[in-house]
Amino acid sequence: MWAEYLSRRLLQFVIVLWGAATLNFIVPRLAPGNPLRERLVTAMQQPGPMQQGIEEMVRAYNVQFGLDQPIWIQYLKYMGAALRLDFGYSITQYPSKVLPMIMGAMPWTIGLLTVATLLSFVVGCLLGALVAWPHVPNFLKYVVGPMMALSAIPYYLLGLILVYLFGELIPLFPLSGGYSIGSQPELSLAFVLDVTHHALLPALSIVIAATGLWALSMRGMMITTEGEDYMTFAEAKGLRRWRIFLTYGVRNAILPVVTSLAIRLGHVVSGSVVVEIVFGYPGMGNLLFQAIAGSDYFLIYGIVFITVLALTLATLLIDFTYPLLDPRITYRRTH
Amino acid sequence: MSATTVAAAPAEIVAIPAGRTRRGSVLAYLSRNPQLVIGLAMLLALLVVDPIGSRMIDVRRAEPLSELPRLAPSWELPLGTDDQGRNLLAVLVAGLPLTLKVGFLAGAIGLAIGIVLGFLAGYLGGPVDAVIRMAVDTLLTVPALLVLIIIAASIKGVISVATMALVIASLAWMYPTRTIRSQVLTMRERPYIYVARFNGMGEFQIIIREIAPNLLPYLAAAFVSSVSSAVLASVGLEALGLGPQSEPTVGMTIYWSLHFNALLRGMWWWWVPPIVVVVSLFVGLFLISSGLDEIANPRRRRRA
Repeated sequence: MWAEYLSRRLLQFVIVLWGAATLNFIVPRLAPGNPLRERLVTAMQQPGPMQQGIEEMVRAYNVQFGLDQPIWIQYLKYMGAALRLDFGYSITQYPSKVLPMIMGAMPWTIGLLTVATLLSFVVGCLLGALVAWPHVPNFLKYVVGPMMALSAIPYYLLGLILVYLFGELIPLFPLSGGYSIGSQPELSLAFVLDVTHHALLPALSIVIAATGLWALSMRGMMITTEGEDYMTFAEAKGLRRWRIFLTYGVRNAILPVVTSLAIRLGHVVSGSVVVEIVFGYPGMGNLLFQAIAGSDYFLIYGIVFITVLALTLATLLIDFTYPLLDPRITYRRTH
Repeated sequence: MSATTVAAAPAEIVAIPAGRTRRGSVLAYLSRNPQLVIGLAMLLALLVVDPIGSRMIDVRRAEPLSELPRLAPSWELPLGTDDQGRNLLAVLVAGLPLTLKVGFLAGAIGLAIGIVLGFLAGYLGGPVDAVIRMAVDTLLTVPALLVLIIIAASIKGVISVATMALVIASLAWMYPTRTIRSQVLTMRERPYIYVARFNGMGEFQIIIREIAPNLLPYLAAAFVSSVSSAVLASVGLEALGLGPQSEPTVGMTIYWSLHFNALLRGMWWWWVPPIVVVVSLFVGLFLISSGLDEIANPRRRRRA
């Protein structure tokens, strides 16, 4: 059973990556006009020292993609390159290759998202569980209710509002960038504090919106545990209230929420892309924004492929840790 | 509260003559489901912006160079103007219906695909079900916005509001398919379906006359949530600068205000109105969908 689930899940993983790579291959060839050629031609029409680079670039692409060869050979070669994570050169910043540019931006995004996601998951689940718990004071329900409505709003809109609040009205936080201009990236306390200071507002705008999302699904699940036999039994045993809450209620309610964490991860990443732009945060979202603005197609495709790879990998890991959380899991699909 | 509700409902139906029952109970129900009412009111308010607004203001003023640039709000120009001399109130009046159009069009297409695939999977079962389920499960793990970015970036410049809706709809059918499939699966086994079948009703008729009406609340909820995610995707793409370049959609207004750094230049009248509109659209849709959820899943009525 476990092997069957494992293989099906791995197959799904391979299909997603294959699909993403194929999409990267097909879309530019179906799109009206050839973006690469157009880009190169406009660049070539501009006078200046770029000429040499362009010629080299055209040659490099012709060799790399074998553009004169039949389409299926191009496809196979493309797939081989994608397997090696080789996305070629950036068009706007030739001769930089795409992969190192992405690798430079990635730690920023991963750091921001990991902290924001974990924080909002823990806080959201706790709030959602508390709201569904009969023994909490009423005021909590009036606080969490509006928060749940906030979960419907894209993160970056909250980001814009935060920028305005803390930029115009109470200038407490830096509004843009990942660290202060002039400071050197290094492993010192001062730099870490500086980075944290810069990351606070972007993280906050993700946390505020995402917390409501988790609270919402947790509340839904917590309600189903209420009135279950084991809850009554725990109460009859005279267990302490917080113990019933945590080890009987939350323990059972959290499982489906963890699965939805896997599904929502893509949502979180998509949302954070624009947050980074709002805050000028030096991560993948900002790189993507610049790539789009400069029509740097190879950079765009590289970023999308790497992000899809990272996300499907994360989803896979969450799915595989699931049986550790829930011993009842049999991995036979029920409806 | 839940106990009194359950006890009161049948008594009401017995007491009131048949003609008044339905309307009376609908009103009574709505008064107990304020989320749905508020959400619908918010959506309605946004929907009437176009017919009312376009009568009060000339939407051609949304074009660049129609006013002096960078004017703060005043009596004549209630929302001021941007760097290129667009009248921002006209931009809002012209742009909001476009954004709503993308959302509703993509949501409707997504739902239609979801209905077809969901019924096929739930009714036929076997290999058809397996393939559809695999496709849905696989695509749900893909971050939709990123895939949309590839497509939209490749047709940047030639994208229109309708193409935008089509592109977004191509990844908006998975949730509806999943919901409808699981509902069809449970409904197929209900006793009243067996009764209908024993009475000689054809399969097609069963779908139309027995299953579809019971599916309505789920369809409505699925529609609202797919509209909401379509708007989310479209505003996201537009804020990245991938929307229809010459149309003043709400997302493009956000993009231009980011692009020209309106935020740090104190031009709040440029970015606040689109945000207010988008936030109220999302909150309205959210309230409608959680209101509908309460109709579809009676368990939720027992809420905290």
